[in-house]
Amino acid sequence: MEFTLPCTGKISGLWRRQFPLLLASAALMLSLPLVHPAWAQSSDADKPVPILSGTAGTFSFVTAGQNQLNAQINPVLLLPLGQRWLVESRAEFQGAFQRPPGGGPYGGPVSKNLDYLQADFMANPYVTFTVGRFLTPFGIFNERLYPIWIRSLQQDPLILPLSAESSDGLMLRGGFSANAKANLNYAVYVSAISTDHNNLASERNVGGRMGVFLPGPRIEIGASWQKLLQDDRSNSFGFHFAWQPARLPLNVHSEYARSSRGSGYWVDAAYRLRQVHFWQKAMRRVEFAGRGEQFFIGSISPEQVQALGLSPANTREGEFGLNYYLQDGLKATASYGRQFSSAGNFNLWTVGIAYRFLIPLGRVGTP
Amino acid sequence: MRKMATTIYALVLLLASLLCSRTARGEGPPPKKDPSGPLVTQSYDANTLRVQGEQRYRTNCGRCHAAPRKFPPRMMATVLRHMRVRATITDEDMRLVLSYMTQ
Repeated sequence: MEFTLPCTGKISGLWRRQFPLLLASAALMLSLPLVHPAWAQSSDADKPVPILSGTAGTFSFVTAGQNQLNAQINPVLLLPLGQRWLVESRAEFQGAFQRPPGGGPYGGPVSKNLDYLQADFMANPYVTFTVGRFLTPFGIFNERLYPIWIRSLQQDPLILPLSAESSDGLMLRGGFSANAKANLNYAVYVSAISTDHNNLASERNVGGRMGVFLPGPRIEIGASWQKLLQDDRSNSFGFHFAWQPARLPLNVHSEYARSSRGSGYWVDAAYRLRQVHFWQKAMRRVEFAGRGEQFFIGSISPEQVQALGLSPANTREGEFGLNYYLQDGLKATASYGRQFSSAGNFNLWTVGIAYRFLIPLGRVGTP
Repeated sequence: MRKMATTIYALVLLLASLLCSRTARGEGPPPKKDPSGPLVTQSYDANTLRVQGEQRYRTNCGRCHAAPRKFPPRMMATVLRHMRVRATITDEDMRLVLSYMTQ
């Protein structure tokens, strides 16, 4: 589906050229009255300390009978500055090793990516300015559910490559209470750099996301929009949904996305066995997870499909898994899935372990 | 190239204006709070603070991941600042969760 602007010719061209400027100017005008002089976060006792965090994991992915050993480490650096600033960064080092078709030792590439390197300025309770390279706020998976210690199933959703994972530019975002029963959150951004450099891929685009979180029923719904400012200048949009019922240890997430590159959805549910009445010590550490998803290929070339990492044909996939939380931040995971498409049906097996570490880079108090 | 220049110009303008507005308002460093004082701007008594903090902790942290254990206060302050940006949780929720997680 393609959106069209309600103008043509010179006016349309002018609008397109000036859109980033207009967006930034509007943000500026909105934000100036909101810089809050007395906004302060902490006392000396809880003055934030720099942290080196991140995840490490190793997995065995068996896709259509082909085994791939995956080892990765994703360090996250959090550097708070003063009362309002945070510099944060995440890199991704990932090795994907498999046997060559004729047999032999495992081998393969080690990829290095800079996922984000951003400076956040918390101007007031409503607005945070972010400058640098940031995760594109399109849907919720890319920003919030991507780390291997968070995701309930280790395979990426089929629609994840529909929007750029990282963008380079400026972003405004925030969350605030609309009333006692609803919180609103938003993000608007301009990405100014287009590059297909292996470690720093990014597109020129503009977009935004708006969400409503209802703390009572613990439901979050939202919508995302993005317009490419390069190539076919197409529009993308998506919706997301999340639900964590208070009475059940259940976590449901879902996304839908549509663009000229393709469209699709996924629904993911994870159920922790906290309420089981036998073997409670062990069972409360167990989580069952399942995901159903579908992807429809768009009007793009096979080369683009391959470059983006999209499925080459219309695809359906179902996956079920089990996670065992050995301790806080450390979990063992196993899953089975099956993919159906005109390019072929095959099984997906995953076994692995994911760990989240958190190391203070300074003196801390006692917990 | 012209579009790139326009965007960069807009970014510079935005940042410069922010800095100027801060200076024009005569803001100095934010006043340091009494360490024994409340972390949240609204007036909560201790019990309400604990109950509200735990409620916000369960509600917000569980939106993405299993609720984590407590870390030392200075680490929690950094983690919560990160989560305020990453998960767009509200400022009040951040302060209440920080208060609960550092008790």
